[in-house]
Amino acid sequence: MRSFTDLFWQLDGTTRTSEKLEALVAYFRAAPPDDAACAIDVLSGGRQIRAVPTSLLRQWAAEVTGLPPWLVEESYAHVGDLAETLALVLPEPVAPADEAPGAHEADVGLARLMRTTIHSLRHETEARKREVVLATWRRLASRERIVWHKLLTGGCRVGVSRTLVARALAEVAGVEPAVMAHRLMGGDVVDGEAYRRLLAPQRHDADDRRPYPFFLASALDGAEGHDVASLGGVADWQAEWKWDGMRAQLVRRGSDVAVWSRGEELVNEAFPDIVAAGATLPAGTVLDGELLAVAGGRLLGFSMLSRRSGRRTVTRRLLEDIPCVFVAYDLLEERGEDLRGRPLHERRLRLEGIVPTPFAAGTDAHGARPPQVTSAIFLSPVVSAASWTDLGLLRAEARRRGVEGLMLKRRASPYGVGRTRGDWWKWKIEPLEIDAVLLYAQAGHGRRAGLHSDYTLGLWHEGRLVTVAKAYSGLADTEIVEVDRIVRATTLEKHGPVRICEPTLVFQLAFEAVSASTRHKSGVAVRFPRIVRWRRDKQPSEAGTLDDLRRMIPGSVPR
Amino acid sequence: MQDLVEVTEAGLYCRRGDFFVDPWRPVPRAVITHAHADHARRGSARYLCASPGKLVLRSRMGGQAPIDVVRYGETILINGVRVSLHPAGHVLGSAQVRLEHGGTTWVVTGDYKLERDPTCAPFEPVRCDVLVTESTFGLPVYRWPSSEVIAADLDRWWRENRDAGRTSVVLAYALGKAQRLAAVVDPSIGPIVAHGAVMTMVEAYRASGVRLPPIDRVPPRARRVGGGRALVIAPPSVLGGSWLRLFGEASVAMASGWMTLRGVRRRRGFARGFVVSDHADFPGLLAAIEASGARRVLVTHGFADPLARLLRERGLDAAPLATRFTGEASPDAVGVEDDDPEAPASGTAPSPGADADAAAAGIRGAAVE
Repeated sequence: MRSFTDLFWQLDGTTRTSEKLEALVAYFRAAPPDDAACAIDVLSGGRQIRAVPTSLLRQWAAEVTGLPPWLVEESYAHVGDLAETLALVLPEPVAPADEAPGAHEADVGLARLMRTTIHSLRHETEARKREVVLATWRRLASRERIVWHKLLTGGCRVGVSRTLVARALAEVAGVEPAVMAHRLMGGDVVDGEAYRRLLAPQRHDADDRRPYPFFLASALDGAEGHDVASLGGVADWQAEWKWDGMRAQLVRRGSDVAVWSRGEELVNEAFPDIVAAGATLPAGTVLDGELLAVAGGRLLGFSMLSRRSGRRTVTRRLLEDIPCVFVAYDLLEERGEDLRGRPLHERRLRLEGIVPTPFAAGTDAHGARPPQVTSAIFLSPVVSAASWTDLGLLRAEARRRGVEGLMLKRRASPYGVGRTRGDWWKWKIEPLEIDAVLLYAQAGHGRRAGLHSDYTLGLWHEGRLVTVAKAYSGLADTEIVEVDRIVRATTLEKHGPVRICEPTLVFQLAFEAVSASTRHKSGVAVRFPRIVRWRRDKQPSEAGTLDDLRRMIPGSVPR
Repeated sequence: MQDLVEVTEAGLYCRRGDFFVDPWRPVPRAVITHAHADHARRGSARYLCASPGKLVLRSRMGGQAPIDVVRYGETILINGVRVSLHPAGHVLGSAQVRLEHGGTTWVVTGDYKLERDPTCAPFEPVRCDVLVTESTFGLPVYRWPSSEVIAADLDRWWRENRDAGRTSVVLAYALGKAQRLAAVVDPSIGPIVAHGAVMTMVEAYRASGVRLPPIDRVPPRARRVGGGRALVIAPPSVLGGSWLRLFGEASVAMASGWMTLRGVRRRRGFARGFVVSDHADFPGLLAAIEASGARRVLVTHGFADPLARLLRERGLDAAPLATRFTGEASPDAVGVEDDDPEAPASGTAPSPGADADAAAAGIRGAAVE
């Protein structure tokens, strides 16, 4: 665990990508394959196991330190990271004089630690857990304890992207980063043997189910001078609707069908209808597209889709209530041949050969024609316009159609890896906005630990402020510090890490859509809320009302 | 019986003796615990401080305002109240104020630390009935490494940078911490240079008889100062400006008690954070409170609420006391407000009723110590 701990602190100690890469490469070159496989899983945010509940750790820390439990909680609220809080409050370790070398956690390899200590601890009695945890606390120094706590509670996140992990492994293996990114898809590096295969100079993957790394679009929002005027002729671009669904790849290889989410999770269980439809595709086909919930020719929206996507098993009832379709917009592999290097216009032509039926729901402005449901797989239609101006007019219809805007893809471009700017743009419609009042604030985590940076905002309703959204981002760091000061100075009540504030601050809240909701007290749910600016010029009394927000629900009766 | 010290609009006030301790508004008579800007403000008619701190206070106050001094431990009478100053170990000349009247003794600690510091007299516990204590780092997560560990870490970092041809820049308060760092590092590693704001205080320290290694002022419009070998000591306010570019490739570290927390360090993107504070850590606060023997404790700036609650649970009569002292400014605050020690004292202060850990965020007073 010692070398993994060192890696954790090296990655934590720098913001430079080059230094992070260097640290990762050095770690992977030196690590035993079993440990390396385990590290890949932890670093790329794989599902981790919580071997000991955090509530027990807090309780034991209070016992060991003699501090009252409320003071441990108070410290956690200030620090914003439980693993770190506990590591800091616990007494200095004592030297393990009476213990054999090798029994020391710091000397045990990461893989053995995970398997024999952490994972097996999960099934032990509380008394045994306590014994092991307290004994380990006595041996580990503070910097080791933090990492150990994070592994123990299944919350080990380090500030590296999967792309960076892939780049480091590519360097160790001596292959192209894109090749390594592909090899890492689907997260199947389960042990040292798999790690050795991962690093092999060449691999034959004809019949496995792994997806390709997703190519991601950048926002075309005028930032850094990127707008449609900078893109050149409209004829060089393919425009499609930007669906408000779930990005996915449909992989058909051999006799297998796999549906992969962008988070590289296999979601076959949640989408048996799509899996069945995928089986009709020719072997050796990989489609990139979007999962959408649709019924009677009408898009059901993201919230309905998410009732499907989270499931491990799907009932017949749910399949009937929330039917899903896969709308394909790219062909990455045909008859086993990787097409990603070919230009988009060629891939599109070949895609139309495999998936001929265009998806019509939502895309017809009058909404009159339900699609012919012969299969659950459709083609994402191309939106054509003679000029950027005409295209802009179509984009303005997006909200009425239930889509988020337009996607613009350079017709000559290959299918890239990650978020490479220049070839794929999302040209979203302007968000909806309302001015809302800060009601509660909570201390953030990670980089914002100890600063009240998570805000709950409210709108006026019948003379009172009711909460409508929680929002995190959008303020500059200096503004967050300033808001934090005001939050502390205007706190009315404290509930653990949450402070109820006197309503004094008004923020401009942006969001993609509003829908009616029975799960929210306000009766509305806002999609992707974020703060765009601090309205220092406004008093809380000038903020919006719940009725203003309700009027933004599609189909609501204007009052 | 009436309290010997109370909080008024102008600051901590001893009504019986008709004087203030570290007032935040101009008053006729101010007893000053130390020269940091949230404790020593301009505009009062007359000041009193411990004799070792006179030159430092003068350089901060400027002008002609009379500064009276007493030696540590020397008792004077102010309108019948027996007043003496005792070393607080915070910075040069820092003092706890002991007040005695009618058989009751109060001590106002000002800021203090228990760690060894070669640039000032060590903290001396003073027995009292009522203790008014700071609580800047009054949570159990704050526990300082020993002075030896800090010095060794600084030396190792400086040496590694020097060997890589990188200048080492450490950000520290211009008064106190900058001189303390200069005094504990190994000057044989390379040249030590300092920002002008630090040099002003270095000169005041030297004139007061504190021994410091050779330190050069960074000349204006210099290039590649120290040739990648130097240790540069500068106030945190240089962040974000062009001044740091004088040094070519540099590793920038922050020296602050807040560097205990990863989140704080990562937010500002410091290459290194050294946990060095001139305030007491949590065990230090508890030890000082116990050593005072006080049965009643009033807790000011910092984590006043939790510390007071803990003391109550341990059988003391304890309560938070709202003041406008800010303690050690969080590095988050750097660049948010002006670094000018002459900045007006009023206006942006949290109201006296404000939550006490507004001060812990250290927003007001930013890098003004």
